[in-house]
Amino acid sequence: MAAVTTDHSPGAAVERAPTGLEGLDIRKLGMWCFLGSECIFFGALIGTYYVYRPQIFANEPHPHHVLDIGFTAFLAFILLMSSLTMVLALSAIQHNLRRAGSLWLLATAFLGTCFLAGQAYEFTKLAHEGVTLASGTFGQSFLTLTGFHGTHVFVGVLWLLACFARAIRGGFHAGNYVGVEIAGLYWHFVDLVWVAIFTLVYLM
Amino acid sequence: MAAEVAAPRAPTAPAAPAVEVAPPITVREWAGWQWLATVDHKKIGILYFLSAWFFFLVGGVEALLIRTQLIVPNNTFLHPDVFNQMFTMHATTMIFLAIMPMSVGLANFVVPLMIGAGDMAYPRLNAFSYWVFLAGAIFLHLSFLMGGAPNVGWFGYAPLTEKPYSPALELHGGGVDFWILGLQLLGVASVAGAINFIITILKLRAPGMTFMRLPLFAWMTLIVSFLIVFAFPSLTVGLILLLFDRMFGSHFFVPAGGGDPLLWQHLFWFFGHPEVYILILPAMGIVSEVLPVFSRKPIFGYSFVAYSGVAIGFLGFTVWAHHMFATGLGDIANGAFATGSFLIGVPTGVKIFNWIGTLWGGSIRFKTPMLFAVGFIAMFIIGGISGISLASPPVDLQQTDSYYVVAHIHYVLFGGAIMGLTAGTYYWWPKIFGRFLDDRLGKLHFWLLMIGFNLAFFPMHWLGTEGMPRRIYTYFPGHGFEVWNMVSTIGAYILGVSILIFLANMLLSFRRPAGEVGNNPWEGATLEWATTSPPPPYNFEAIPIVYSRYPLWEDRHIEEHGVTAPRTATDAISHPTTTQETEAVVAVRTAEAPAEHQAPAEHGEPAGHAGGHTFHLPAPTIFPLVVAFGLLLIAFAFLFAPAVLKITFLVTGAVYIVAGIYGWVKQVSE
Repeated sequence: MAAVTTDHSPGAAVERAPTGLEGLDIRKLGMWCFLGSECIFFGALIGTYYVYRPQIFANEPHPHHVLDIGFTAFLAFILLMSSLTMVLALSAIQHNLRRAGSLWLLATAFLGTCFLAGQAYEFTKLAHEGVTLASGTFGQSFLTLTGFHGTHVFVGVLWLLACFARAIRGGFHAGNYVGVEIAGLYWHFVDLVWVAIFTLVYLM
Repeated sequence: MAAEVAAPRAPTAPAAPAVEVAPPITVREWAGWQWLATVDHKKIGILYFLSAWFFFLVGGVEALLIRTQLIVPNNTFLHPDVFNQMFTMHATTMIFLAIMPMSVGLANFVVPLMIGAGDMAYPRLNAFSYWVFLAGAIFLHLSFLMGGAPNVGWFGYAPLTEKPYSPALELHGGGVDFWILGLQLLGVASVAGAINFIITILKLRAPGMTFMRLPLFAWMTLIVSFLIVFAFPSLTVGLILLLFDRMFGSHFFVPAGGGDPLLWQHLFWFFGHPEVYILILPAMGIVSEVLPVFSRKPIFGYSFVAYSGVAIGFLGFTVWAHHMFATGLGDIANGAFATGSFLIGVPTGVKIFNWIGTLWGGSIRFKTPMLFAVGFIAMFIIGGISGISLASPPVDLQQTDSYYVVAHIHYVLFGGAIMGLTAGTYYWWPKIFGRFLDDRLGKLHFWLLMIGFNLAFFPMHWLGTEGMPRRIYTYFPGHGFEVWNMVSTIGAYILGVSILIFLANMLLSFRRPAGEVGNNPWEGATLEWATTSPPPPYNFEAIPIVYSRYPLWEDRHIEEHGVTAPRTATDAISHPTTTQETEAVVAVRTAEAPAEHQAPAEHGEPAGHAGGHTFHLPAPTIFPLVVAFGLLLIAFAFLFAPAVLKITFLVTGAVYIVAGIYGWVKQVSE
């Protein structure tokens, strides 16, 4: 056989220069890099909301009266729980528990879907109250920020379902779980962004 | 596997000799497939590089049209609106479609070789980046045929970009919408490419290549990639908000609706200022490679050059508001941003002194790459000095939006970035294509370019100081603008001629005998010169081991490997292998999917090759192109107004993306 592997996966059989990054999977490092980029993305969106915040507080109905903070706190709880199920899914797969791992993945996707449903309800309610992208400074900056977060959750749910489809067929096991771990990194990041949004936009 | 390897096939020859009755070929042996489906960093690098030079010509023609309009006062050569389209597209093209992809193309080809890697970290993502870049470039240029190109300047200040001032058409968006969506596509390509470079340089360096032995071009590529990753999202957000303003009725940048046009400037320049370092740092890296080789002397103060690049990268994020002094941010903000801008002059000056120190006492050979590298230093100093003067708020208030700024930007981006990239083109062309660019034509190119460039842009300092505003389509006689505009336009024509000579030089080089250059024609010191020109698909037959900054100048290396030829190091690193082995490796590179099933690296130790090392060469795949095409369709979905078209494009685009990702992931995970 030709002594060349064509698989481009990590690990790269080759010894490389010491970087202090040897233990880190090459795909995982790429994900971290992408998440760094995402930090600036959400930072800019949150910054945009804060640029308009004084104006909102001065000229428009106070966000605390427009937003249902109790309901959103419940959504935040759901999303945080989904981070827990994500951790459990990865741990189960790392211990070769295929069924348990698959189920926890499905549970994570389900909780993500619940969050999206809650957000859809919130947006519909706001639209009925006249808060839309075109309605004013609060509507545009709030809906753009939370809408893009929701889009990220949506992509995450699709990703988790894809992982589930693969996990149920035994695609992941103790020797190969990086795919799930990377999806998990993304998922935890999206959760973390929600914690920031909930604190900075809803509570403050 | 052995049977497959032994099967006779033309390894790399894309097309069978056409004269005889060509034997039937499979799709995978067809040249078109080998380029469309390639994941080889060298082919992708060539695609980037040639596309970039093509768009450089497009942007150059636009520049000549602009200069022709301005050659005499009250000229009517271009309609004012066409003039606006020309300067917008000239800048957008040169920045996003010429300089950036030229750097990316050279880096794509050279950096994996320099660090002794078999390919980029994510070869498929690399292909994806190129196709999305091309999609964005084509999308942007479709605007010429569909109602007019963007005409709002390359930084698209709101509220000029808003609907009342830049309306959309009935069927689809206007030039500004093309600009927004095209830049979004280019942003996706840039960030994906940058992540790829970061991981490649962090993870795939050859054994022994510590950070303090990393070639400076790779260093600068690493820094630039971090800048792209952290700067582009700010542009993405700005463009999204602008798109929402134009399509969904929000008022982010419309003052009448409570919006804040200054927010656009902050979001844009938080990207836009790092962007200028994204453009110039690769050229600095190239110059730091070329000068030592043609001075036969290691770079002076290697770590200073590397770390001053890092300093420039960091400081680059702290000075964006010096583009906004005229907006009235207040004295304290102006002072802070001016201080940061002055500070950047320090690491930049450090680099310039290092380059001069490299030349000092060297045994200098003035081949074409060296001429351009030295020309870079001289021209960049002029651009740097005008930059320092613009960093001072009172001076800036006098000069802002005048031709002085145009002079400054062209001295740093043409005299800097393009000169450096041209040096790199002459330097690495033999490595990329196995042929030289003609040295005499190259020198003619250089001298005409120097004369034309300085005639075209130096008078702009005076025009600006005398008060000629930038971006006006004409001027009246009697303001003292006539002479220098005439000189500037003549200079631009000379510049155009020099570029034509360069183009001829490129084309003529393919009439030269292939393989005339050998492995290391310039007696270079870095690893890309240790392999053949052009390199084989697998780059190195054995992974090089690095003991110093200049492995090919290192005698110890030659002792280790028992190669006798000193310094030229024709074969200091690659071990000779049999033809059969070589063909086997090539066969795997061009082979279809089955080859991918073997020995997943993470499970077991794959069999060694020529010293126990392996390279992982992924099979060609069309899926990155499919996903990129899907993204292009999504851009059209945003562009078109009628709901039917929107939904059709959205659904088709989504199908392409999902199918592409599915095929992509399936191929990777099998």
